[in-house]
Amino acid sequence: MSRTALLVLADGRFPAGGHAHSGGVEAAVAAQAVRDPVTLDSFCRGRLHTAGLTAASLAAAATTGCDPLVLDEAADARTPAPALRATSRKLGRQMLRAARAAWPCPALDRLARDLPGGAHQPVVLGIAAHAAGLTALDAAHAAAFDSVTTPATAAVRLLGLDPFDATAVIARLCDDIDAVACQAADAAARVADEGVGVLPAASSPLLDITAEQHAAWPMRLFAS
Amino acid sequence: MSTLAEDRPPLPDTSGVVATARVRAGHNGRATTLPLLSSDGPFQLQKLRPRGDLARVDVIGAMSGPLGGDQLALHADVGPQARLEITAATSTIALRGPSDDAATYDIRLTIGDDAALHWLPQPLISTAGSNLRQTCAVDLAPTARLVLRDEQVLGRTGETCGHLTSHLTVLRAGRPLLDQHTSYGHPHPAWNGPAVVGSHRACGQLLVVDPSLTPAARPTVLLGNPDTPAHGVLVPLGGPALLATVVADTATRLRRLLDQALHRALTP
Repeated sequence: MSRTALLVLADGRFPAGGHAHSGGVEAAVAAQAVRDPVTLDSFCRGRLHTAGLTAASLAAAATTGCDPLVLDEAADARTPAPALRATSRKLGRQMLRAARAAWPCPALDRLARDLPGGAHQPVVLGIAAHAAGLTALDAAHAAAFDSVTTPATAAVRLLGLDPFDATAVIARLCDDIDAVACQAADAAARVADEGVGVLPAASSPLLDITAEQHAAWPMRLFAS
Repeated sequence: MSTLAEDRPPLPDTSGVVATARVRAGHNGRATTLPLLSSDGPFQLQKLRPRGDLARVDVIGAMSGPLGGDQLALHADVGPQARLEITAATSTIALRGPSDDAATYDIRLTIGDDAALHWLPQPLISTAGSNLRQTCAVDLAPTARLVLRDEQVLGRTGETCGHLTSHLTVLRAGRPLLDQHTSYGHPHPAWNGPAVVGSHRACGQLLVVDPSLTPAARPTVLLGNPDTPAHGVLVPLGGPALLATVVADTATRLRRLLDQALHRALTP
C-alpha cells in the first residue's frame, strides 16, 4: 500500500471536478448564515457529522467490495434532494474518468458499464481507493476530509475570507474528521453480515432544503 | 467537563415503562376491518368513525412521556387492500423523567399490496434534559400507498432542546426508498449550526408514496420564502414518492407548510 496514493486521491488538485462545488456553503453565505471563520467552522462541523459521515460510510463500504449497485441505491435513499443526487452522480462521473486514468482496473470499468449515468461520488471514491491499493478507512478519510474542504475552500472565494483562517478551520476539525472516518469504516465492516441498512444515514434538513433553493437561482458561482 | 449526572443529586433507580401498542387492519371484501386494536402503556387506541372507506384510529396519550428509560413501541400492520388513517389527539412530549437513560420510541408500519396508510400524528416535542431515540421503520409492498407526517419541535417556548435522534427508514418491495437519521441537541456537534438546523426550532417531513406517481414528471416545489423563518421543499425521490422537508420557527408555521406540501403532492 502506498501512503502517497491517499494524498493523490484526497488532493484538491485531483481532477475530479470538486472545485466547481461549494458543498452548500454558497446558499449559506447568501443567507448570511456563514459570514466569518466562526460560522464557517460551525457549517463545516455540521456538514462533516451529517453528509460527511454518510458519504464516508458509503465510500468505505465500496472499498470493502460491497456490491456497487446496492450501495448506489443506498446512496439514493440517503440523498432525498434531487439536486444533490444529480451533483453526486456528476461528481461520480468526473471522478471515475480521473480514477480510470490514474489506477486502471476492471472494477472501475465495470462500474462505468453498469451505471452509465454515473454512480454516486462516494461509491466511485471507494472503488478508486481500492484500485489504488488503499483501505476502507483511507477511503472514509478522503470522503470525510472532502466534506470539509469543499465548503471551506469555496468560502474563501465567496466571502473573500483569509485563506489562513479557512485553513485553520480545517485544521481544528482534524480530530473530528479522524473520528468520523473511523465510525464510517466500522459501519462498513458490518455491511457484509448486516446489510447496507447498517450504514449511517446522517442527514441535515437545511442542506437538503437549501440545495434545492440554490439550484433554482438564475445566477450562481458554484454548481452546488 | 462535568456531566448532567454529576450536577444533579442521585435519583432513585426507577425502571421505565415498557409498552407496545398494536393495530392491525384488514379488508373483508367490502370494507376495512380492525381485527386488532391493542392499547398499551401510554398509548390508548380509539376507533373513530370511518371516513368513506378509510378506517380511522386515534392514539390518545394516556400518560406523560416518553420519560427517560421508557421503551415504547407502536406497530401498525395494514393488510392487503385495507385503508387506515392513524392520528393522535395530542403531541408526544419527551421529558427527562427519573433517569438520564435514553427513552426509545419505535414505530413499525407495514403496508400490504393495494393498501394505504395515512400516518398523521401530532408533533414530537423534545424538552430540555430529555433524551429520546425515535425510530420509524416503514415496510411497503410494491403497490402500497403511504402518507406519513413527522414533526419535531426542539424545545418548548424559550427552552433548549433535549437530546433527540430520529431514524426514518422506508423500504419498498424490500429495497431502500428513504433512509434518514437526524440528531439534535447536545452533544451532537453543530446541530444548531448553519449546515444542520440553524436557529429553527421546528422541523418536519411529509412523505407521500404512491406507485402511480411519476417522480420524473414532478419538479421540485419551493415552499415558503427562504428569507423568512419558515421554508422548505417538496421533492421527488428516486422511487415513486414525494418528500417535503420543512424548517420553521414555530410548530404552527411548520404545519402550515406541510399542509401546503400535502396539497401540492396530491394535486398532479
